[in-house]
Amino acid sequence: MELILFLITALIAIVGAVAMLVSRNAVHSALFLLLNFAAIAVLFLLLQAPFLFTIQLTVYAGAIMVLFLFVVMLLGAEKVEDTPDRIAWQQPLALLLGLALLVVSVVVGLGGATNPPPESEALIQFSDPRTLGALLFTDYLLPFEVTGFILLIAVIGVVVLNQRGRKI
Amino acid sequence: MVPTSYYVLLSAILFTIGVLGVLLRRNAIVIFMAVELMLNAANLALVAFARERLGVEAQVIVFFVITVAAAEVAVGLALLVAIFRTKRTADVDEVSTLKG
Repeated sequence: MELILFLITALIAIVGAVAMLVSRNAVHSALFLLLNFAAIAVLFLLLQAPFLFTIQLTVYAGAIMVLFLFVVMLLGAEKVEDTPDRIAWQQPLALLLGLALLVVSVVVGLGGATNPPPESEALIQFSDPRTLGALLFTDYLLPFEVTGFILLIAVIGVVVLNQRGRKI
Repeated sequence: MVPTSYYVLLSAILFTIGVLGVLLRRNAIVIFMAVELMLNAANLALVAFARERLGVEAQVIVFFVITVAAAEVAVGLALLVAIFRTKRTADVDEVSTLKG
């Protein structure tokens, strides 16, 4: 049952990613990427990580994709690739290198992977958001503060970059 | 029970699609989306390995990755808007002022 659910979700994720890659309109690309993000959120749920499922939906599918769609529509940059590529040999080379990367990553990735452990007390603790929260505010308190600082710097950067009437 | 290797395989496929997106497309916004796809594929592999070893720390790291990705998207899109305002295009081939 779980395997069928995984296969369907994985298929949706791959279809979303490929459609994002090939669609000519940037708005369609963004919407297909949204489909892919939602599928990955479901996969997080299958991996017993409900907190990451929520974060994936709210931050990625919610905030980040809205930002993407907003910028695409603001700039009117849906279609910019009407002219042929300036470097003709780039596309076949990219496909070849992509295939090589896929083969290498599959070989390396499958090397150490085994079956996940079955239901246990440790799994319940793994999927509990309370464990994650406790870890975040004790052992990982400094990285947590640093991410807050990174977000602050990002906000300042956005404001500085988009100041009107000043050459950057 | 789904084997971890299936998740790793899916993650590798998604990452490769992201790399191809960066290499093949010229719309800067679509390239940016492909980068996000790669980040997501890496997150998926991380959580799959965490599930195998029952390590909660990996979930914390994925949380940080998502936060930093949000900051990165905000700054990156602001850069794109700034480029678009001066160059009037989102095609990366046109933005080659630094080329000698």
